Amino acid sequence: MAASSPRNPPPLRGAENQDPLSEMADEDSDEGEDIFVGNSNPVAESFQPDTANGEEPADLFSEEETSTAVNSSITTFKSNGVHSDNENDLFAEVSVELSMENPSTTAKTSGAEFTPSLTLSATQPRSMEQVGYNRTSATQPRSMEQLEEEKDEDSFDMDVAVTNPEKIGDGMNAYMAYKVSTRTTLPMFRNRTFSVWRRFSDFLGLYEKLSVKHSLNGCIIPPPPEKSVVGMTKVKVGKEDSSSADFVERRRAALERYLQRVVCHPSLLQDPDVREFLERDELPRAVGTHTLSGAGFLKMINRASDAVSKMTIKISYSDAWFDNKLQEVESEDLQLRKLHAVVDSLVNHRKELCGNTAVFAKSMAMLGNSEDNTALSRALSQLAEVEDKMETLHQEQAASDFFILAELLADYIRLLGAVRGCFEQRMKTWQRWQEAQSTLQKKREVEAKLLWANKPDKLQQAKEEITEWEGKVTQYERDFDRISVTVRKEFLRFEKEKSKDFKSQIVKYLESLLQSQQRLVMFWEAFLPEAKAIA
Amino acid sequence: MMQEGLDDGPDFLSEEDRGPRAVNVDLQTDATLQVDISDALSERDKVKFTVHTKSTLPNFKQNEFSVVRQHEEFIWLHDSFVENEEYAGYIIPPAPPRPDFDASREKLQKLGEGEGSMTKEEFTKMKQELEAEYLAIFKKTVAMHEVFLCRVAAHPVLRKDMNFHVFLEYNQDLSVRGKNKREKMEDFFKNVVKSADGVLVAGVKDVDDFFEHEKTFLLEYHNRVKDASSKSDRMIRSHKSVADDINRIASTLYTLGTQDSTDVCKFFLKVSELFEKTRKIEARVAADEDLKLADLLKYYLRESQAAKDLLYRRGRALVDYENANKALDKARAKNKDVLQAETSQQVCCQKFEKISESAKQELIDFKTRRVAAFRKNLVELAELELKHAKGNLQLLQSCVGVLKGDT
Repeated sequence: MAASSPRNPPPLRGAENQDPLSEMADEDSDEGEDIFVGNSNPVAESFQPDTANGEEPADLFSEEETSTAVNSSITTFKSNGVHSDNENDLFAEVSVELSMENPSTTAKTSGAEFTPSLTLSATQPRSMEQVGYNRTSATQPRSMEQLEEEKDEDSFDMDVAVTNPEKIGDGMNAYMAYKVSTRTTLPMFRNRTFSVWRRFSDFLGLYEKLSVKHSLNGCIIPPPPEKSVVGMTKVKVGKEDSSSADFVERRRAALERYLQRVVCHPSLLQDPDVREFLERDELPRAVGTHTLSGAGFLKMINRASDAVSKMTIKISYSDAWFDNKLQEVESEDLQLRKLHAVVDSLVNHRKELCGNTAVFAKSMAMLGNSEDNTALSRALSQLAEVEDKMETLHQEQAASDFFILAELLADYIRLLGAVRGCFEQRMKTWQRWQEAQSTLQKKREVEAKLLWANKPDKLQQAKEEITEWEGKVTQYERDFDRISVTVRKEFLRFEKEKSKDFKSQIVKYLESLLQSQQRLVMFWEAFLPEAKAIA
Repeated sequence: MMQEGLDDGPDFLSEEDRGPRAVNVDLQTDATLQVDISDALSERDKVKFTVHTKSTLPNFKQNEFSVVRQHEEFIWLHDSFVENEEYAGYIIPPAPPRPDFDASREKLQKLGEGEGSMTKEEFTKMKQELEAEYLAIFKKTVAMHEVFLCRVAAHPVLRKDMNFHVFLEYNQDLSVRGKNKREKMEDFFKNVVKSADGVLVAGVKDVDDFFEHEKTFLLEYHNRVKDASSKSDRMIRSHKSVADDINRIASTLYTLGTQDSTDVCKFFLKVSELFEKTRKIEARVAADEDLKLADLLKYYLRESQAAKDLLYRRGRALVDYENANKALDKARAKNKDVLQAETSQQVCCQKFEKISESAKQELIDFKTRRVAAFRKNLVELAELELKHAKGNLQLLQSCVGVLKGDT
C-alpha cells in the first residue's frame, strides 16, 4: 500500500505522510478530518464507497490528500493538496492514464508523470458532481472498473457563476471586472464556495492556455466569447445607455456559459489552469490577448496551410466515420448560421414592434383624450394602456429571443468551429505519420543505395537514421490512433451535450413564449368589458 | 394578374366577412334600398365591382339588379355630391380610396426574380403568402367601396339622388373617365384655395356654441386620428415582419430537422411544426388588427375630414351671410341697389340656415355612428385577440408538453 511507497513527501508536508495512510486503512470514515480516511483503502482494489454518498466526492481524491499529508488546514473538507500557495502545480501533468497501482504520488515534487492511485483519469470519475447546467443525474461512486466504464455519465457537483460586472478604473484604461463564483464539493479545491474577480482578458488567457495544452490531443475546447472593440469602448467611455448595459449583460452571460462548458468537460476540469482560474486571488495579466499573439499568429498560418493540405489529403484518405461526421458538422454549421441570421432579424423586428407599439399607445391615449363620448374615451385610454403593456411584453420577448435563442446559436457556431479544429488536428497527425513513413521509405532507399555502393561509414549513419525514423513512425502512428480515439470520444460527448443544450434552451424559449401569450390573454380579457361598456 | 372571386380566400380572412360587410360603420339595413357589392374582379390595373341592388322603391325598373362599376365611377358619384349645392348641409360619405396593389405586385415580382435563389418549398410558401396578402388587400378595397355605397343608401336625402340611381341602375358604362392632368391640376389649385379659405373661415368665431365646440373638437380629433392611423399602420407592419421571421425560422428548423434522424433532429421537426402554426396565428393577429383597428382609424380619418368640410361650408355660408348683411346695410345707407342686396341677403340667410339645420343633425349622427363603430370594432378586436392568444397558448402548451415528455 501507500505506506510502502518510496516517495518523497513534498517539502511542505510533514512526515505523516505514510502514517495516516496506514492508520486510515482501518478507520472509520465518519470523522471530520478523516473523511478521506475510509476511502484510502481502495488503492489497489475496488473502490469502496462506504462513506461516499453523493456529497463526499473526496473519496476519489483523498488518496492524494493523505499522501501529500495535508497540512493542518484540513479541517474543512477540501482539496486534495492543491495548495496553490506554493505555486507548484501539483497536478501539472495529470495524465490520462488509469492506474490501479500504488499511489505513487511523488509527482508532486518530482513533477513526473503523476499516476494517481485513484483513477484520476481524464474522464472525470463520475459519482457525485453536478454541473452548473442543472443536470441532475448523480450516481454513486462505483468500483474503479465501473468507473472506467461509465464514461458517459457525467454528474458533477460544480456550479460556476459569473456575476456583478463592475467597472474598474476610468477612461480608456478602464475595464470590467466580473465576479466568478464557484460552488463545489470537489476535493481538489480548497474551499466549497469561493469567488474571485476576473477580467475579460483573463478568460481569453485561460482559453489560450487550454488551447495550447489540449488541442493537440484532439480535445474540443469551448471557445470564449469574442472581443468587441466597439462594445468595450462605449463602456470605457462611460456611456450609460441601454446599449452598453446590454453589451455588458450579454458578455457576462456569455462568459458564464463559457466557464460552465469548461468545467463540464472532464479533462479540462482537471487542468490546473482551470483550477487556478477559479481559485487564485490574483491572476497574472494574460498577455498577448490584446494583439495577435505569437501563438495566435502561428495558428493562423497553420490553419491556412492546413486548408491546402486538407484538400490533398481528402483524396487519399478516408475513414467513413470521421468523414461523415465532418460533413455533418459542416452542413450543420451552414444551417445554424442561417438560423442565427433569421433569429437576429426576428430580434430586430420585435424591437421595432416594441417601439412602434409604444408610439401607438401614446397616440391612442391622445385620441382618447379628444374623444368627447365619455365611455368611448375611457375605452380608448384603456386600449392605450393595453398597448403599453404589450410594449413591455414585446421587449421581454425580444430579450428572450436574443439571450436564449440567438446566443445559443452563436455559441454553437463557435463550438462547431472548435470541433472542426479538432478534426483538422487529427488530419495533421495523420499527415505527420504519413510523412514520417515516406521519409522512412526514403531513408531505406538511401540505405539500399549505400549498400550497393558499399560505403560502410555512411551506411552506419543511414542505419541509425532508419532506426530513428522507424521509431518516429511507430510513435506517430500511435499518436494518430490516440487522437482518433479522443476525437471520437470528444465528438460523441459534444453531440450529447449539444442535444441536451438545444433541447433545454428551446424548451425554455417556448416557455417564455407561452408566458407571453398567457399575459396577452390577461390583458385582453381585462379590456373586453371596457369595450363592451361603450355606449 | 390574378382573377379572384370574392369568396375563395384563405380562411383566415373570411370568417368575419359574412353578412353585412360594412365592418366599419354601423348602418341600418333598410328594406327599401339595399346595396352591396356581390362580386369583384381584379384585372391588370383595374378592379371591377359588381354592384347589386335590391329595392322596393318605385324609381327603379326592377326590384333587383346588378351593374359593373369601376373605381373612377365611384369617385364621379362622390364628386357629384360634393359639387351639389343642395347637399352642402350634409356630411358627404367619404370616397373610397383607390385600389392599390402596387406594393403587392412589386413583391410578387421580386419573388419571381429571386426564384432561383431559394428552395422550391420556400418559393411556394412565399408565393402563397403573397397571394394571401394580395387577396387581403383586394377584400379590403371591396369592403371600402361597399361601405361608401351603403352610407349613401342609408342617408335619407342622398339615397334619392338621381346620379346615385343612375349609378346603380344604368347598365352601360357611365363614360366617366378619370381626371386628366389638367383637371388634376385644377383640383390641386382648388384645394389650395379651399384650405386657405378654410383657415380664414375657421378663424371666424361662431355665435352658436354647439358649432363652435364642434369646430374645435373636430380639428383636434381629426389630427389625432390621423396620427393614430399612421402609427397603427407602422405597428402592424412590424407585426407582419415578426410573423415573416417566424416563418423563416420554421423553414430553417425544418431543414435542420431533416438532416438526420437523431433525437435532436426529431425535436427540431416538432418545433418547426409548432412555429409554422404559431406564425399563422401571428399573421392573423396582424391582419385582424389591420381590419379592426387600422381600417377603423383610416375610415374615421376620412369621415372626420368630411365633417370638417361640412363645417367649412357652413362657415363659408355664415361669412357670406354676414357679408350680405353688411352689404345690405351699406346699400340701405346709400339707398342704392337695396332690393338686390335684400334678395342676396335672403338667399344667403336661407342657405345658411338650411345648412345649419341639417348640419347639426348630421354632426350628431356622426357622433352616434362613430361611437357605435368604435364599439363594434373594439369589441371584435378584443375578442379576436383573445381567441388568437388562447389558440397560441394551447399550441405552445401542448408542444412543450410533448417535448418535455420526450426528453
